Formats: sequence, C-alpha cells, structure tokens
Amino acid sequence: MAERMPMDPADEQVFKRDMVALIPHLRAFARTLCGDATAADDLAQDAVMKAWDARSSFQMGTNMKAWTFMILRNQFYSEKRRSWRSTQLDQEAAERTLVAIDDPSSPLALDEMRLALKILPSEQREALILVGAGGFAYEEAADICGCAVGTVKSRVSRARKALQSILDAGGYPRDGSPAGDAMRSILADAERLSGPR
Amino acid sequence: MNDRGDGAKGPQTGDARLRQQAIGVKLRQMFDEVVSEPVPDEFLDILRRADSKNDASGGRG
Repeated sequence: MAERMPMDPADEQVFKRDMVALIPHLRAFARTLCGDATAADDLAQDAVMKAWDARSSFQMGTNMKAWTFMILRNQFYSEKRRSWRSTQLDQEAAERTLVAIDDPSSPLALDEMRLALKILPSEQREALILVGAGGFAYEEAADICGCAVGTVKSRVSRARKALQSILDAGGYPRDGSPAGDAMRSILADAERLSGPR
Repeated sequence: MNDRGDGAKGPQTGDARLRQQAIGVKLRQMFDEVVSEPVPDEFLDILRRADSKNDASGGRG
C-alpha cells in the first residue's frame, strides 16, 4: 500500500465538485441494489462519506464514477452480510412480484421492471444495471464487481433472458389455468435462465 | 447490437430483439428517473461538513 499523502487542496476541490456531480448516479445505483428508497439513500450517503475519507487514495484523472460505484457496492455487500449476495432466485420476492405484475390494476411498465429486477440474483442485477443503464463498459463493470469481463458478459446475458421471461410471463392472461401452476412454471423458467454462472 | 443472423432466422428473432431493446429502454428509464431526482440536502451536507472539518481541526479525515 502506498502511503497516504494528503490531497492537494486544489485537487480536493475538483474531487468534491466531481463527487457532487456523481451523487445522482450513486443514488440510482443504490436504489437498484436496495430496492427501498430510504435504505438506498442511506447507502449512497455512506458511500459518499467513504469516498471522501478515501479521497487521498483516488488517482486524479482516473474513472471516478467507477471508483465511487465500487465503493458503494462494497459498502452494500459488507453491510448486508454474505447471505444477501444471493446467487439464486429469491423465491419469495419472485412470488410477490409475479402477483403484483399479474394485478391488472398496476400495469405500469416501469414498476414491472423494478419488480422483475428484484427477482434476479443480485450478481446478475448489478451487472445488468451497470452495463445496461449505468453506461459502463463491460471492462469497467468487471472492475466494479471484482470479476472477470467474461463473467460480467455472461451475467448480463443471463439477466436479460431472465428478465424477458419474467416480463413476458406478467403479460399472460390469467384465465383458465390456476395461478399457482402458472407461477411455478414461470419461476422454473426464470430459474433455469438465470441460474448461477 | 451484434447479431449473428441477418433475418434468416425469421420473425421470432427480430421479435426477441425488439423485446430486448424495450427492456434496455425501460432499464435506462428506471435508472435515469432516479438520476434526475433532486438530490436530498443530506448529501451536500456531508461534503459541507467535510469542509468545516478541514478548516477547523485540520484532520481526522
């Protein structure tokens, strides 16, 4: 580890300015990790604090967005215990979600997407968000998640397929077959598509 | 998008691609919706506090 040199005051101002510009993005990323908006803002605030405290270890001129996202992500997983880092479908969330998607009184596409994302294993969700919404290249997403580029690519691709099957399922008419059966087959399908690795 | 086919696989391929595009659009919408929200004051307070900490006691940072 290099010795921590105090940051140049001019650099500190630049750092702070860039940090402020990144806050909306950190909030959005946190929201996708936590789901709950309040918890997400707590997480994002912690990340801002952590980033500020670690400013002297940031190399000016490198990708600050990726650096802060990595801090936020690490914070999320260290807070939430290992068990949160699921590699499998969350069955309970899945069932709640499918019920919600199936509810004709809540046809909002964005909400569907939000709910469907919750079902995905967190590794796939974060990879998809970083690449598909956060504007990161696969290489950057791999750095943020601490894994290989190929792993990110496969997670993104699995996530896309699983999302599609979940969203398609939400559009099925419910008449006829018992909802429970439909749900089980949807879950099985989503699980197959999003399986670990 | 890097597809291998050039339509030879029929309408289903194109359809799947369209649906994937729709998912991509929705994902970005969802993300951008939060990005465009006003930032709560607490966030800026953190950096303001960091300032005064610097000025006053020079350094626990």
